[in-house]
Amino acid sequence: MTTSAARADVRTLQTDVLVIGGGPAGCWAAWRAAQSGARVVLADKGYVGTSGATAPSGTGVWYVPPEAEAREAALASREVLGGHLADRGWGERVLDQTYANLEQVAQWGYPFPVDEAGRQRRTSLQGPEYMKLMRKVVKQAGVKILDQSPALQLLLGDEGAVVGAEGVSRQGDAAWQVRAGAVVLATGGCAFLSNALGCNVLTGDGYLLAAESGAELSGMEFSNAYGLSPAFSSVTKSAFYRWATFRYEDGSVIDGAGSKHGRSIIARHLEAGTQVYALLDLANDDDRRYARSAQPNFFLSFDRVGIDPFTQQFPVTLRLEGTVRGTGGLRLVDAGCATTVRGLYAAGDAATRELICGGFTGGGSHNAAWATSSGYWAGEAAARFALGEGAGAHARSAIAAGGATQSGGRVLDARELTRAVQHEVQPYSKNLFRSGAGLTHSLTQLDGYWRTLRQSAPALDPATRQHEREAAAMLATARWMYRSALARTETRGMHKRLDHAAQDPAQQHYIHSGGLDQVWTRSHRAPWHQAAQPAEVAA
Amino acid sequence: MIELVSAERCINCDLCVQVCPTNVFDAVPGDNPVIARQHDCQTCFMCEAYCPVDALYVAPFAERTVNVSEHELERDALLGSYRRAIGWSPGARAAPDQSFRLLRGG
Ligand code: SF4
Ligand code: SF4
Repeated sequence: MTTSAARADVRTLQTDVLVIGGGPAGCWAAWRAAQSGARVVLADKGYVGTSGATAPSGTGVWYVPPEAEAREAALASREVLGGHLADRGWGERVLDQTYANLEQVAQWGYPFPVDEAGRQRRTSLQGPEYMKLMRKVVKQAGVKILDQSPALQLLLGDEGAVVGAEGVSRQGDAAWQVRAGAVVLATGGCAFLSNALGCNVLTGDGYLLAAESGAELSGMEFSNAYGLSPAFSSVTKSAFYRWATFRYEDGSVIDGAGSKHGRSIIARHLEAGTQVYALLDLANDDDRRYARSAQPNFFLSFDRVGIDPFTQQFPVTLRLEGTVRGTGGLRLVDAGCATTVRGLYAAGDAATRELICGGFTGGGSHNAAWATSSGYWAGEAAARFALGEGAGAHARSAIAAGGATQSGGRVLDARELTRAVQHEVQPYSKNLFRSGAGLTHSLTQLDGYWRTLRQSAPALDPATRQHEREAAAMLATARWMYRSALARTETRGMHKRLDHAAQDPAQQHYIHSGGLDQVWTRSHRAPWHQAAQPAEVAA
Repeated sequence: MIELVSAERCINCDLCVQVCPTNVFDAVPGDNPVIARQHDCQTCFMCEAYCPVDALYVAPFAERTVNVSEHELERDALLGSYRRAIGWSPGARAAPDQSFRLLRGG
């Protein structure tokens, strides 16, 4: 487990805060850390401004003015859906911070639309514009950006605190090492390369980086979100399917199929090999008129194949969006989004969103609010830590935390491993409709793949190495998911167990998980801040 | 997936190489970039949005490659259609985002 700093071709940087992942959460973290007086490096495996689920999309924002009734309604609406795991205190904080941050976005010049009364409407953001603006703002704040620079492992100091990370540059072929007083993970969730819009960079990288350093996860059973899209296309924008009727090829309507509550019926048909079609015939004239400006790329795909989705039915599929629209992620232990490891913070979809949504996806708008808020808090707390306790961390010795994952001598076929993991997590029969027997069977497969991975050696070529790490992260994520799903012997939020179809009042708790060779789970009573129960429920 | 780098239009600025989140292109010194890893393309259309001369075309198919004819794309005004829709073409203005007029949720 040596670090690569001794090698001559390694570009070494020293900073106060390193942010890994440059979507909205990472940009907010980097900006806020810089504002707080820290030197900041922001590394993304793609490009800050286009990477992640937000950049190519239009997204709603959970933006609610500070009026008691509206706030109450916004918070209450998630409680039942989320299986009573959302926390009011966190919900209120997120609404407050999002309100303030979008005021900041307006001041930066984002072109919010204006209504008849002359008021700006701030309940949606256009991804390309928003993320281009965030890149500009982050740069102006003095943040050093490393594009096309995947992080491969974290660095740990003597006392187990995170003191930086190292990775490769995909386009320069050089390795990099950043020594930092604190690290923020904003690497997004894990969508298992399912070609959901913008999501193929989201392979659970941050979960693996963190777990190799000893961090814990929470809510990984809430990881089976599937997004509706045209069967041929990547565009998993589900909002407009509220206008859809779902049909057979001959145009007859499928009983009970719907985008919100009837997705299981769609999945059952697809699983059985029956193609399902959608027709957006419930949209009224105004809807049809306004929809284009709200989601330009929703229509792009249709325009390019010559389909009018309002008058012509088109085949649909459900793409796994995993924890991107699930709610599980790294476990947070305080209001500054600290993880269980000193010096390590998490923001955006890399962190658990159970705190605001419980066990059911809040969709894009909750994630957007969470990204801006948690990014802001994580950046601020990381800066405080780095400038205080973490100061001088870069001067101390460090070991690389990821060395054990591939510590054998065999060659790994990353594409083959990715396909094998997808085979366990993508089928609706395994992940959407879960059962004890099915989960146990998948875990046997996945644990075997993990042992094989451990016996492999990391590739030397940077691109191959990155694919290996992505495959490893997806594999680890799948194991935390299914181990957590096995521990929750009930149906709650998006987690459905065929063999435990009812919600069990005794399981109104969070399920924490972690570990690599030995994956563990532990239940923790909701709300989030009460003391953990010591009982280990599965090993 | 990405299907076209138009030799006629491309000015070798290499912006697409820089901005592609999944590193699909390779820069070629003194020449147009090449689509080096088409199967890593995630069909996100971002390269099209950033190309300053509408030289790229991303077909809407996420899992399969198709043959495209530059001539037909040009005729059907599909080159640059995404950049125009989001208001990033010179002179183009995006239609104001009317999301707030649509039903909330989802
Ligand atoms: S962005 Fe457009 S003009 Fe620039 S190199 Fe790429 S294809 Fe050519
Ligand atoms: S569509 Fe997206 S992933 Fe594909 S080449 Fe363009 S920027 Fe890259």
